[in-house]
Amino acid sequence: MSVIRIEKVSRWYGNVVAVNDVTMTIGPGVTGLLGPNGAGKSTLITMMAGFLPPSVGSVTLDAVAVWRNVSAYSEIGLVPETEAVYDTLSGTDFVRANAELQGLTDAGAAAAAAISVVAMEDAAGRRISTYSKGMKQRIKMAAALVHEPSVLLLDEPFNGMDPRQRLHLMELLRKMGTEGRTVLFSSHILEEVQQVATHIEVVVSGRHAASGDYRAIRTLMTDRPMLYRLRSSDDRRLAAALIADPCTAGADLDGTALQVRVIDFERFSRLVPQLSRELGIRLFEVSPTDESLESVFSYLVGSR
Amino acid sequence: MVVRTIARLTLATLFGHRRGLLLYVLPAVLIGLSLLLTFTVDDKGDLAKAIMQQFGLAVILPLVALIAATGAISSEIDDGSIVYLLSKPINRSTIILTKALVALGVIFGLGVVPIVVSGLVLDPGDVQTALAFGVGALAAGIAYTAIFVALSVMSGNAVTIGLFYSLLWESLMGQYVDGAKVLSIQQWSLALTRQLADVPVDAAVKLPLATLLLLAVTLAGLGLAISRLRSLTLSSAE
Repeated sequence: MSVIRIEKVSRWYGNVVAVNDVTMTIGPGVTGLLGPNGAGKSTLITMMAGFLPPSVGSVTLDAVAVWRNVSAYSEIGLVPETEAVYDTLSGTDFVRANAELQGLTDAGAAAAAAISVVAMEDAAGRRISTYSKGMKQRIKMAAALVHEPSVLLLDEPFNGMDPRQRLHLMELLRKMGTEGRTVLFSSHILEEVQQVATHIEVVVSGRHAASGDYRAIRTLMTDRPMLYRLRSSDDRRLAAALIADPCTAGADLDGTALQVRVIDFERFSRLVPQLSRELGIRLFEVSPTDESLESVFSYLVGSR
Repeated sequence: MVVRTIARLTLATLFGHRRGLLLYVLPAVLIGLSLLLTFTVDDKGDLAKAIMQQFGLAVILPLVALIAATGAISSEIDDGSIVYLLSKPINRSTIILTKALVALGVIFGLGVVPIVVSGLVLDPGDVQTALAFGVGALAAGIAYTAIFVALSVMSGNAVTIGLFYSLLWESLMGQYVDGAKVLSIQQWSLALTRQLADVPVDAAVKLPLATLLLLAVTLAGLGLAISRLRSLTLSSAE
């Protein structure tokens, strides 16, 4: 059982602050590090992996600092985002080399086992340079797993995977988590994270925006005020009826459409068809206008 | 075990890519030129010495050393694959020393030996001088390795900086500019060669000082490389 503790960590490059006063604890199970691109996820993972010192604060694995601590790597398995591997080697040779570097006594057997865990037996004899992006990702995963680490750090592991490979990796991560390993992966896609992670840490613009299980995060994200755009046969009457109901917080009419700020989505979704029927107004369009992940994140950050 | 694996990975990077071909081209040019001269020039008086020193030791050797030493570590740092070595419980000194040894082995085979061969081709009678240049070249190769390995860990532009250093400082200044000669690895190694050769060889520095400087540069370079690798930060994608 291993615990990564990030305490009051900030990291800046020159004038740019990449991570800003983040404190989080990552224990056994699968944790998803969620945030838009450029939020500081990679910087955090790089610090957890001991390849970057925090500017202030501390990053520890089981109460020992990771930076410049070579022995920590017996416990850590790292799947970096970088695609570069020793691609002149075959998959088997690459995983085996990783086993040897970990000092395993039976590197060959460990490599074979790790390769079968990621289901790469068929292609393992081929040179890595012939692999697809998803296959590379899996062979990197095998290399990280070969010494059965108690901590697994994965930077954007689902990038470039097809849906089948994605499902397979998700299942694998879940299994690692239930085995009691501390698994942390980063992603900018909420759906990905909520399918695997039992715990979610959200970072936005270098700050720790939210933390909790996926239900808590999901609620935080869907319970925010949302902007809807409606077009109908009579926008003005519809606006008057909608603003009379407590599920909305405001309505704007411009020449072509009606913008409504919704605070209770459930109620709003029942109200609109009901009103349209009662008032005899035809609806042409009902669509959310700010469903982008960025706006969800900015809401989360703003709410703090 | 670990050392063998690091060496294997290093060789795979060195010779697995197109840049590795250059390592064969340079000695081929040296030996090819020597063969050409044997068959075309009649007065071969000082030719063997001149080629070994002015072309072999001053031009080919630093270039082979540059490609071998930066190829052994710089390319892995550049593309990020070094992360697979660094994320292991291995002392950073083991990594640097193994890679330096691999580079030195390559320099010996494709830099030092070709210099001896070219000397023998041009003057088969004087084995001693050819070997004396070989010893000098090996000593220079060790110092170059240390410098280029350190440079690789410290800078992302190791190859460019190294190229300027080899061509401008070692090949040009180190041969023709008096003040610069004293601070040139080439001249230090010539001091060794002078001691062992059968023919008179010029060297800008005396042997004791040359040995001391070669040792100092080697130790400083390797020490610096190890300490820098210990706190190498891998830039994140963001």
